Amino acid sequence: MSEKDTYKGYKGDALAAMKKFGIRVWSDAVLTTDEDSFEGIILPRSETADGDHIVIKMATGYNVGLRVDRVLDAKEIGYKEAHYKIPEKAFPYDPKKQRIVLFGTGGTIASRLDYRTGAVIPAFTPGELYGSVPELADLCNLETEKLFGVFSENMGPEEYMKLADRIGEEIRKGVRGIVVGHGTDTMHHTAAALSFMVQNSPVPIVMVGSQRSSDRPSSDAALNLIHSVKTAVDCDIAEVMVCMFGPTSDEYGLLHRGTRVRKMHSSYRSTFRTIGDIPLAMVNREGFTYLRDDYSKRRNDRDVQVSTVFDDRIGILYYYPNMKPDMMDMMVDNGYKGIIIAGTGLGHVNKPLYPALQRAKDAGVAVYMTVQTLWGYVQMYVYETGREMMDLGVIPLENMLPEAAYIKLGWALGRTDDLAEVRDIMLTPINGETTPREPYNGYLIFQGGIPEVDEFVGTIRR
Amino acid sequence: MYDFEFKPFEDMTPEDYATVGFMSGLEVHQQLLTKSKLFCRCPAGRYSREYHAEILRHMRPTLSELGEYDGTALMEFKTQKNIIYRVNKETVCTYEMDDTPPFMMDDEALDIALEISMLSDLTLVDEVHIARKQYLDGSIPTGFQRTAICGIHGGVPYRDRRISMIQLGIEEDSCREISDIGHFRIYNTDRLGMPLIELVTGPDMRTPQEVEEVGQLLRKMMRTTGRVRRGIGATRADTNVSVTGGTRIEIKGVPKVGMMPLLTYNEAQRQWNLLRLREELKRRGITEETFTTADADVTRILKRTRFTPIADAMKEGKVAAAVKLDGWSNLLVWQTQDNTVFSREISDRVRVIACLTVLPNIIHSDSMSETLSGAEWKEIKTALNCTTDDTLVIVWGDTQDVETAVKEIIIRAREVTIGIPSETRQALRDGTTGFERILPGPQRMYPDTDLPPIRVTPERIERLRARMPSQYWDRLRRYNEWNVPSDAVEGLAISPLSPLFDEAVTDMGFDVTDAAVMLWRYPRRLRREGIPTETLNIEDLRRILIAVKEDKLTKDGVLYAIRRSVTRGFEDSALPPRLERKDLASFIEKAKQQVRYSKLHDKKNIPNLTLDRVMDEVRGRIPGAHVAEEVEAYFAKEVTA
Repeated sequence: MSEKDTYKGYKGDALAAMKKFGIRVWSDAVLTTDEDSFEGIILPRSETADGDHIVIKMATGYNVGLRVDRVLDAKEIGYKEAHYKIPEKAFPYDPKKQRIVLFGTGGTIASRLDYRTGAVIPAFTPGELYGSVPELADLCNLETEKLFGVFSENMGPEEYMKLADRIGEEIRKGVRGIVVGHGTDTMHHTAAALSFMVQNSPVPIVMVGSQRSSDRPSSDAALNLIHSVKTAVDCDIAEVMVCMFGPTSDEYGLLHRGTRVRKMHSSYRSTFRTIGDIPLAMVNREGFTYLRDDYSKRRNDRDVQVSTVFDDRIGILYYYPNMKPDMMDMMVDNGYKGIIIAGTGLGHVNKPLYPALQRAKDAGVAVYMTVQTLWGYVQMYVYETGREMMDLGVIPLENMLPEAAYIKLGWALGRTDDLAEVRDIMLTPINGETTPREPYNGYLIFQGGIPEVDEFVGTIRR
Repeated sequence: MYDFEFKPFEDMTPEDYATVGFMSGLEVHQQLLTKSKLFCRCPAGRYSREYHAEILRHMRPTLSELGEYDGTALMEFKTQKNIIYRVNKETVCTYEMDDTPPFMMDDEALDIALEISMLSDLTLVDEVHIARKQYLDGSIPTGFQRTAICGIHGGVPYRDRRISMIQLGIEEDSCREISDIGHFRIYNTDRLGMPLIELVTGPDMRTPQEVEEVGQLLRKMMRTTGRVRRGIGATRADTNVSVTGGTRIEIKGVPKVGMMPLLTYNEAQRQWNLLRLREELKRRGITEETFTTADADVTRILKRTRFTPIADAMKEGKVAAAVKLDGWSNLLVWQTQDNTVFSREISDRVRVIACLTVLPNIIHSDSMSETLSGAEWKEIKTALNCTTDDTLVIVWGDTQDVETAVKEIIIRAREVTIGIPSETRQALRDGTTGFERILPGPQRMYPDTDLPPIRVTPERIERLRARMPSQYWDRLRRYNEWNVPSDAVEGLAISPLSPLFDEAVTDMGFDVTDAAVMLWRYPRRLRREGIPTETLNIEDLRRILIAVKEDKLTKDGVLYAIRRSVTRGFEDSALPPRLERKDLASFIEKAKQQVRYSKLHDKKNIPNLTLDRVMDEVRGRIPGAHVAEEVEAYFAKEVTA
């Protein structure tokens, strides 16, 4: 075992003391301090923690930290290395059931603890999944493939393209449905990317994650996984979707269109919401409640179109009052080819930015306008400033979400350098990223405290 | 060795308890007096049954640190409960509902926990590590309780020995159960997240009476800090009990210390009698190896039964099953606790594990009460090839629940041949205990990845040591030596005013009884008026005592001054000047005039009413006795005149 493993995470005085006393991580040891003695197993230490303490797990199961300068003596009386493993059982094969492929990208849908960092790390084989969510075997024959082991914030164009390619291959092989396990932070970015890169899919492509890691009893992971696999097997909607909790209660999941969905709360289970429209369907263990019928239906062919291109020289500029033009100049000077502005209100920036917009136009940078209100359309005719900006080459993007716009622009610029073609691609919806109309119930943010809202909230399980 | 038979509670002697090897320890839970909850900023100590929303969750077992599923965990998952949380918007935020990660631990709470650790002579840890303790019953929406150890290896003096303290943990309180019927369990969340400490003693108590006394001792010791909550549910204790050959059984949530003796007696009796039952089975040749059973679906036989509980179930299309315990004839009525027999053990398990919550949930052939008809019993016995040596247990309900129940009945019966199963038991009102759940092991503890460890700095310890109260038992000894009035000794010893009392007697030179009246009886009176002693300002009280000592305030003005200080504070400069007897005449004259104006039915009351009015004016400025004498003299003169 390497020294790094022997003293996992320890540094400074603590490391020196461990070496001096001949104790190591996973030692069952007795530590004598100036006032008492402590017995337990030496645990790995978080790498971000200080080098002044040794952590032991006592027989009661509790962990405590001892200041190393108080430890007068330490003796190893045993050694107990923990092998943290999800019980792996072969995922049962049933010839009567359909084949589903689950791609792992990382994230917390199935995970275990890492003692060194104290972090949650993913675990993903079919056996491990079967060990923790045996219900999956009632639904399908599951195959899994771990494509990447990255946290959601590290997902980028390379991953989008590899994922899209692998999905395309599986669809051409005739898979019944695809599930993609993904961290939740940027799930809507990846969902948008897959919506553009994998078009005309004959089967559901379901993205799923969890807001509470699966190492806790209240986790939403198992139910989300069950819902997403159920969707991949039985749902009639052949689109890229995000499948996550509808309410915070363990009641049902929602299927959101990949281009219209957004993470809206840093920690709630019901964090994903369809913005400016309504979701596609509700799902529970029993089945689906379709909320609309204008979706792409499941087909028996394998005619999927995969287009894996992406130009990452693009960025989102989140406008704020008093923004200086150099913010945009920096992007232009650094060779950015496309900028999505998240403007205020109907899509505005201040006049001091105009010279920068002119520079961008002159440099051939594609500049598009979205709204930071998230709900509603860009409308640049209402005020004169809007018209002036359009003269400066800013193209309004209807009600496309800033993140979807960012992904779509990268994809469009990956396909062509011709700005007119890019404009055509951007303004022609592929799968609902812009919609011709916003239904009256596409914008519902209830305000708590209002008597009738509180009454409603009191009668449903949120 | 199991020849000894338990006597009635009142007749058991310490020697009897020694015979059965009675051992007991306590886990005292005490809520702390903080402004906020432990891991979020919700207000602490606001309780209400009112709720504004409901949230539904399920609990799934997860893996422990060592990579295994905990036995209890799977057991709880078998029960497949729908857990409903009732949420009040004033007392619960998204943290308690497990939709927001924890905030840093409340500093005030940790201070109090460390202070009580020091009072219990525990060795403090240098770094507090927050752990998750799994609870799959749903009593905490995360599925685990955040908990951390503050100190280990302590002790407190008791009689002529020392009761060891294993550890003190700080943790968040759980939900209160509203109901648990069938597959639905409802929790009120107002108490959830309240800061709590758990002080764990060694198994050092040798009789049920000692359990109560030590419980009281610890409760009072914690009270001396003035920083713990009081009232119903603020102090609760789990009691661990075992007998020779038995198992450490945890009785959960004993709400009153006074209930401990009977509960621990009954639990010891239960273990002892179960071991005696094992001996009886052995005598009949039934051991773990030779234990056999048979079971069958008896729905068809009982389709038309007149026994109402089963008949009702049949009408709803439910099923019934029978379990035969070979050679167990008459053993289901084997006494376990006071007024309780072995069949209760089975019924409890079926209720909790199989969710058959409507009682009766089983019947059996050892029972004298009328249930099934003779013909029905006979038909079932034939179906299962019963002899007169065997016993039958019948259970009914939904197919899946009955399936679980049949397995559980067999499991519980088999366990008798082995010993006392590890479990937690609930304290029942009649002093007996009932099955709650299988006792979880240390496997259910795992580190909390959401929060970093907290360093306990020497500076913090010094600051807390400086504010630490003197020990409760030292105060008791001292007050007895001082001849403090006996009714005030204990109360003063746990009062936050105890240090001021000591100061009044030793530094200010007050008479012990006077000081006890001012700092024990008066505050007690105020508490009855709704003014808690904790809200009194010690500095104001000290200034009041000094004013008395400096003769600016009379002793009989103290109660009035304290009451007034609660809202307005106390400054001796604001006191009106002292009065002499000769100053009273004008007050009496004025008061008498006022009394005369009111319409009185009985003129005899005039002197007393006058005295009251004068006292209202001059209280604290001249001893009341002097006023009374002057008023009396005044009216005496008037009569003579």
